[in-house]
Amino acid sequence: MQHYNMNLTLKVWRQRSNKVKGHFESFQVKNISSEMSFLEMFDVLNEQLVAEGKDPIAFDHDCREGICGMCSMYINGRAHGPWTQNTTCQLHMREYKDGDTIVVEPWRAESFPVIRDLVVDRSAFDRIIGAGGYVSVNTGNAVDANSLPIEKQKADEAFAAASCIGCGACVAACPNASAMLFVSAKIAHLALLPQGEPERKNRAVNMIQQMDTEGFGSCTNIGACEAECPKGISLENIARLNREYVGAIFSGSNNG
Amino acid sequence: MNWKNAFSTSIGKKILVGGTGLFLILFLVVHCYVNAMIFWPDEPGETGKHFTEAAAFMGGNVAIRIMEIGLFAGLIIHIVQGLLLWSQNSKRRPVRYEVSAGNNTSRWYSRSMGLLGTLILLFLILHLYHFWAPNRYGQAFDAAWREEDLYEKMVKVFSQMWVVVVYVLGCVSLAWHLMHGFFSAFQTFGLTTHRYKATIKSVGVAFSILIPLIFAAMPVYLHFIGSSGH
Ligand code: HEM
Ligand code: SF4
Ligand code: FES
Repeated sequence: MQHYNMNLTLKVWRQRSNKVKGHFESFQVKNISSEMSFLEMFDVLNEQLVAEGKDPIAFDHDCREGICGMCSMYINGRAHGPWTQNTTCQLHMREYKDGDTIVVEPWRAESFPVIRDLVVDRSAFDRIIGAGGYVSVNTGNAVDANSLPIEKQKADEAFAAASCIGCGACVAACPNASAMLFVSAKIAHLALLPQGEPERKNRAVNMIQQMDTEGFGSCTNIGACEAECPKGISLENIARLNREYVGAIFSGSNNG
Repeated sequence: MNWKNAFSTSIGKKILVGGTGLFLILFLVVHCYVNAMIFWPDEPGETGKHFTEAAAFMGGNVAIRIMEIGLFAGLIIHIVQGLLLWSQNSKRRPVRYEVSAGNNTSRWYSRSMGLLGTLILLFLILHLYHFWAPNRYGQAFDAAWREEDLYEKMVKVFSQMWVVVVYVLGCVSLAWHLMHGFFSAFQTFGLTTHRYKATIKSVGVAFSILIPLIFAAMPVYLHFIGSSGH
């Protein structure tokens, strides 16, 4: 595709902390290359703001190659922008044309309080993982892979679930701000493997209880999470989580 | 985790809504089957005989009356838990998005279950007032009660155009409610595995169109044809 430059209007959410109210601020950016990533466009804008003696816009990013899940931006109504199975750092400016207006918001959810501007606190996810998303067997040295045979189909499903990068786009996209897709990916990943078997029942119950405590909404199977997940985590994982939960209640988990 | 708080978690509440939803779906099948007898052609000199017989059986039968208590309990749990879930979920995003994804990432009816349910409820109140309350009131409080002929009653009620319109709108709300609800309930119970997902989806769509369509045909039929045909 032909490379081109563009001028854009950006409407960006500014908020100094979660104690104060936020507001939108408009910016003009000039000569943005169609080859840039969305985050590089923000770098250009921030350099411009610093040169003008203004506060740069705070936004999260780390790997810039679509694997860490940090780059949370809600762009024109879409988590990580309009491309499917994509992160903000991998969204490229060729999506836009000269004169476009782009509205950029933080992930919005009660459980993801804004730290500053577009940066939100996603530590609720860490606490959910801490409640059961682990394997307590002391593994010692890495054992030979073939000493513990795992059915191919299960290994594939577990691997697909394990590809969740904890970005929180599912929460951002869900009308209920539910974290079920994330939690289901973590639970499915471990429930499918023999290493996860010892804590299987407690895991489902404890992680769900932690999810509720953090104030995420209840899943009503709307499916916006699946549509926006950069890693293509399937709703089938939520079905599995529901089975795990029902199974845990019926057979009794041992935490009271 | 014990039974007491098993239903108080987010999934627990969903299981209550889904379970009662499936139960209501089952009820719809029976209700639709009985009522569809109005379309059964009459012998000369009869009006709505097949339906009247079936309705009298349902109305006078003790077992059905007992099951009705279960039905009402289920309906109330469904409504209370459903609307509770709906209102709690709506508070999980205190600051709204300036631009929302709308229909790009989900279907409008899946996001409107509370609204569609409320429309069904409004219709239900009118519906119970028309066809359930008079006979059951008489059965309970009037010594001289005998089951009112529901076929005649239908012809009378549906002679008013506005009633036909409200009933058809009620059926349309039900259709959209089920369009999401049918699949959603199976997903809630974790039955939508890779193997069955597509089948459940298609059966859900077929059910959501067929049942409300048959129901909607009843007031329309009785308004335009039923009363003049006999
Ligand atoms: C015959 C009538 C009805 C039937 C067959 C029915 C069926 C269903 C089904 C199958 C679900 C999906 C449950 C799940 O996701 O697990 C559902 C959800 C729901 N229903 Fe109903 N329903 C009926 C009437 C009502 C009424 C009268 C109301 C409220 C006034 C209502 C409110 C809701 C709400 C708010 C949900 C959403 C819960 C969710 O999204 O998960 N429903 N219904
Ligand atoms: S399920 Fe998908 S959208 Fe949700 S945190 Fe994991 S990778 Fe991100
Ligand atoms: S910055 Fe790591 S995924 Fe975007």
